[in-house]
Amino acid sequence: MSSTSSFSNSCLAVFSLTQREIVRFLRQRTRVVGALGQPVIFWILFGAGLYGSFQPPEWASADMTYQEYFFPGVAVMILLFTAIFSTISIIEDRREGFLQGVLVSPVPRSVIVFGKLLGGTVLAVGQAVIFLIFGFCLHGVGLAPEIHLDLTVLDWCQVLLFMCLLGMTLTALGYVIAWPMSSTQGFHAIMSVFLLPMWLLSGAIFPVGASGWLSWVMWLNPLTYGVACLRRLMYAGAISSNAVGLPTLGTSLIVTSLFGVVCLILATYFTARRSSLNTR
Amino acid sequence: MISEPAAIQVEAVSYAYGERPALRDVSFQVESQEIFGLLGPNGSGKTTLFRLLCTLLPIQSGQASLAQADVATAPEAVRRKIGITFQAPSLDDRLTVRENLKHHGHLYGLRGSELSQRIAELLEHVGLSDRINETVSKLSGGMKRRVEIAKGLLHRPEVLLLDEPSTGLDPGARHDLWRYLHRLRDEQRVTVLVTTHLMEEAERCDRLAILNHGELVALETPERLRSSIGGDCITIQTDDNELLRKKLADQFQIEATPIGPQLRIERENGHELIRDLVAAFPEEIESISLGKPTLEDVFIQKTGHRFWESEDVE
Repeated sequence: MSSTSSFSNSCLAVFSLTQREIVRFLRQRTRVVGALGQPVIFWILFGAGLYGSFQPPEWASADMTYQEYFFPGVAVMILLFTAIFSTISIIEDRREGFLQGVLVSPVPRSVIVFGKLLGGTVLAVGQAVIFLIFGFCLHGVGLAPEIHLDLTVLDWCQVLLFMCLLGMTLTALGYVIAWPMSSTQGFHAIMSVFLLPMWLLSGAIFPVGASGWLSWVMWLNPLTYGVACLRRLMYAGAISSNAVGLPTLGTSLIVTSLFGVVCLILATYFTARRSSLNTR
Repeated sequence: MISEPAAIQVEAVSYAYGERPALRDVSFQVESQEIFGLLGPNGSGKTTLFRLLCTLLPIQSGQASLAQADVATAPEAVRRKIGITFQAPSLDDRLTVRENLKHHGHLYGLRGSELSQRIAELLEHVGLSDRINETVSKLSGGMKRRVEIAKGLLHRPEVLLLDEPSTGLDPGARHDLWRYLHRLRDEQRVTVLVTTHLMEEAERCDRLAILNHGELVALETPERLRSSIGGDCITIQTDDNELLRKKLADQFQIEATPIGPQLRIERENGHELIRDLVAAFPEEIESISLGKPTLEDVFIQKTGHRFWESEDVE
């Protein structure tokens, strides 16, 4: 088989697995409602509750409301949770037997990984985009303050592209966590002790402080860079590059990409290993 | 006639789950276009062997190849040439029959009208053409199994591996399945390896490997296995087994084996012996019967215990 046709076969397999992932998601109505409903409720309630006590960080304009600050944070929350939840399907696929059917097929193992990642990314970015549009509309009905974004179409494309990168990275992280697990209960435990704190300490919900142990944890958290990058892109250059507590655009992009690549390599390595874990 | 190379070659394969051995030094060959059965009770290692051959488990020691591709070093070549029907279903319940088969075809590089045609053709073979748009969760167990088989054959494999294929099939469907397997062998020249714990299925294989506690205890055609037992099996029911056993040894020089409440004798030309026995012990014998040996008899003879008594490997 020539290398071009094996490449086109790999693409076909990736898109087929991606399509399955999306069709499965859409056929589970409750998942669709849950994945979008919770972040929106969070956004409205936190926004209303913390309205008075919020002080905008140095780099933000003085009239920034908490809800506006929280806006990119919720987008990242949607990306994180949809991406991660989409990888729970690895455990379901294994239990239901679908996975072993895929594993005995001749596709390269990276195709199996990419099929899953692309599916998760499309779902995550799709929902984040719906939330962004929805967020602007909420202002119209008085449930949210005005969000001062002044972006061109090109700026929005950059936001979208970055959300794809972050979605891919987070799905890869979910893949690495889900792969060795034999039950979804274990996954929920990881969720509450690892993933939720990761989001809380990413600058999504409160700014990174200038000093103290908490700021160290936040600087070590790869998601901090994802949130920072999204913030910077959404304010298209309005935030100065040496803003305190906000990594630069370049650093953010590099950290997010590197983290994604590491997860991707691990995911492919796990998938290629033959193990009794995958039999049933 | 130049014989074709073996379709499956298993050479000194052993496997252990941690400390627990599941296969010990198993070797055999499956010829091209043969229906080969792996017979054994649950825990005999046949499913482990199946998983090794379909590249799900790593080869720990020994060597195995399918269609001249090495399972350990050339898994992609093996995967391309084999079709698999798992014991546990590998279908996506939320998708339709067509969607399941379509995704599967894509994994094997099939696409477009060629794929649609192949799907239609196979569903017709397994008698499910009218269910093509049905969601899999709505199908009965037997129908799912037939979709599973269609799925395994979609990419025209050289070797078809089936793990306990008739699990959940009623006798009629089981019969159809086996007729189909024979057709595949004869018309499409497919080699079939099937694991089973059903004697009735084992009978329909061209050759059988009997596994017990992870070891290969017999490898032959079903007929030869049965005839290896020495003709016929005579079962005698008496009041006092021990007494009759001694008399048989004294007067006929026959070694009878007590099995449960009965005595069993394996013998050529059993009908003649029955006549003599009934004449010699009209009082002692309550009932006497003559049967052709079954594969279960073979299993008892080869392993020293009954088929169903065998438990998981320690």
